[in-house]
Amino acid sequence: MTILVLAEHDNAHLKADTAKVVAAASAIGGDIHVLVAGHQCVEAAKAAQSLAGVTKVLVADAAVFANHLAENLGKLIISLSADYSHILSAASSVGKDTLPRVAALLDVAQISEVIAVASADTFIRPIYAGNALATVQSLDDKKVMTVRSTAFDAVAATGSAELVSVDNALDARTEFVSQTLTESARPELGNAGIIVSGGRGMGSGENFAILEQLADKLGAAVGASRAAVDAGFVPNDLQVGQTGKIVAPDLYIAVGISGAIQHLAGMKDSKVIVAINKDPEAPIFQVADYGLEADLFDAIPALNNLL
Amino acid sequence: MKVLVPVKRVVDANVKVRVKADHSNVDTANLKMALNPFCEIAVEEAVRLKEAGIATEVVVVSVGTKAVQEQLRTAMALGADRAIHVETDEELVPLSIAKLLLAVQQKEQAQLVVFGKQSIDGDNNQTGQMLAALADMPQATFASEVKVDGDNIVVTREIDGGLQTLKMPLPAVISVDLRLNEPRYASLPNIMKAKRKPLDVHSIADLGVTLKAHQTVLKVTPPAERQAGIMVSSVEELVEKLKNEAKVI
Repeated sequence: MTILVLAEHDNAHLKADTAKVVAAASAIGGDIHVLVAGHQCVEAAKAAQSLAGVTKVLVADAAVFANHLAENLGKLIISLSADYSHILSAASSVGKDTLPRVAALLDVAQISEVIAVASADTFIRPIYAGNALATVQSLDDKKVMTVRSTAFDAVAATGSAELVSVDNALDARTEFVSQTLTESARPELGNAGIIVSGGRGMGSGENFAILEQLADKLGAAVGASRAAVDAGFVPNDLQVGQTGKIVAPDLYIAVGISGAIQHLAGMKDSKVIVAINKDPEAPIFQVADYGLEADLFDAIPALNNLL
Repeated sequence: MKVLVPVKRVVDANVKVRVKADHSNVDTANLKMALNPFCEIAVEEAVRLKEAGIATEVVVVSVGTKAVQEQLRTAMALGADRAIHVETDEELVPLSIAKLLLAVQQKEQAQLVVFGKQSIDGDNNQTGQMLAALADMPQATFASEVKVDGDNIVVTREIDGGLQTLKMPLPAVISVDLRLNEPRYASLPNIMKAKRKPLDVHSIADLGVTLKAHQTVLKVTPPAERQAGIMVSSVEELVEKLKNEAKVI
């Protein structure tokens, strides 16, 4: 049994998700290879070599992989697939874009957002916004799956895997036009230890300034509910929830968020949850470890002064 | 340009589902059903392309029991021109749905297939990408902006940490994200009109597709319930608890 893990990286850096997907692969058992496909991605590949449990790092370094487009990555993975029993990626925007293509071309089902490994062919995944957990046994000869990285602890950086180049000649049909990534000195939502999230109660995008101030005092990332994104307060990449980011930080502070099931789906595995809301009936209080019934425009400045 | 929009019937987003006592599945009996919210955005985008004179016809398709015809009528009330129902009582995995949609696409020869990015029941986020692969078409998932430019389509996508813009030749598959548009409400005259729009029914056998079993759901269980904690009375108390009790700051 040999498992292929698609690395999550930005060419220069390996993202923390990769070490968590490798942890999921270790739970399945077998040889683990990591595929780093990118352009000028030698640094990311070197980082992948040190992941504990990985025996081989495959590097496909070419301009067609620079932006991690699904069609190109899909073709590459298919060309390598004969050697593997399992193909895994993070349930990231790249993984979710790419792996279904791979699965379809292999004529196997994909198992999405795996949160636990029961055996080499049986996996647990949330459905209905996490209101139910399905235990799914795959009948396919190859298992293709995306892994919810918050459900696994990263493997240590104690390995020393062999580095191998893979052949990667292919023509791209889709043209990359441009990309704008949010520049922020704050930690990434997916990997932050503390997250401060705002909801519809924030009232406006400008009012997020007080949350940003709180986030900076705590070294936290800023998130938002879908209601705040829908209202246009903040961009969609801050969205925490069923259809946004799934997070599980040590501390999640929900401010002015009522707690719709779709939002809870994205954050209820956080270790400690704090809810600040002026509505004592808000469902968010039912999942909060510490609830404060208060007007956020009084409470957050007071919190900022105390910290 | 013909646009094909696959849609799904799901439990309404505001309903909290419960797991059956025998852990065989979730209990969806007598729950309010609706058009999957992302599919609604997909239908809206297709209808807007028609209103802008870019699309000539909008065809909606759904795979499922007879009940999905209700959602197909809803999609036609929102502006789709006609509907195709692929009838089956079986619960199919996304790959099987994609194979059926491929057969429909081969008959219809749509230039653009617009999906919702995921259904809010299975949360799979697979079917659009799978159809694109099977049909060997380019894809742009999680679209927040779509522009048709002659024989090409330019799509801005929601990716982790920001936005990415891709340009690809038609025919192509896109899957839509939340911010692409705000779907309209169906007006009463349009709901009435939708009842008379054409709706074709096909069986899986009609489409000439053979499906196979890919997985078995062994059980469906409720997640661990999170217990409500305590209410604190002041910001000072909150900070004290976080520092000394939870030790997270």
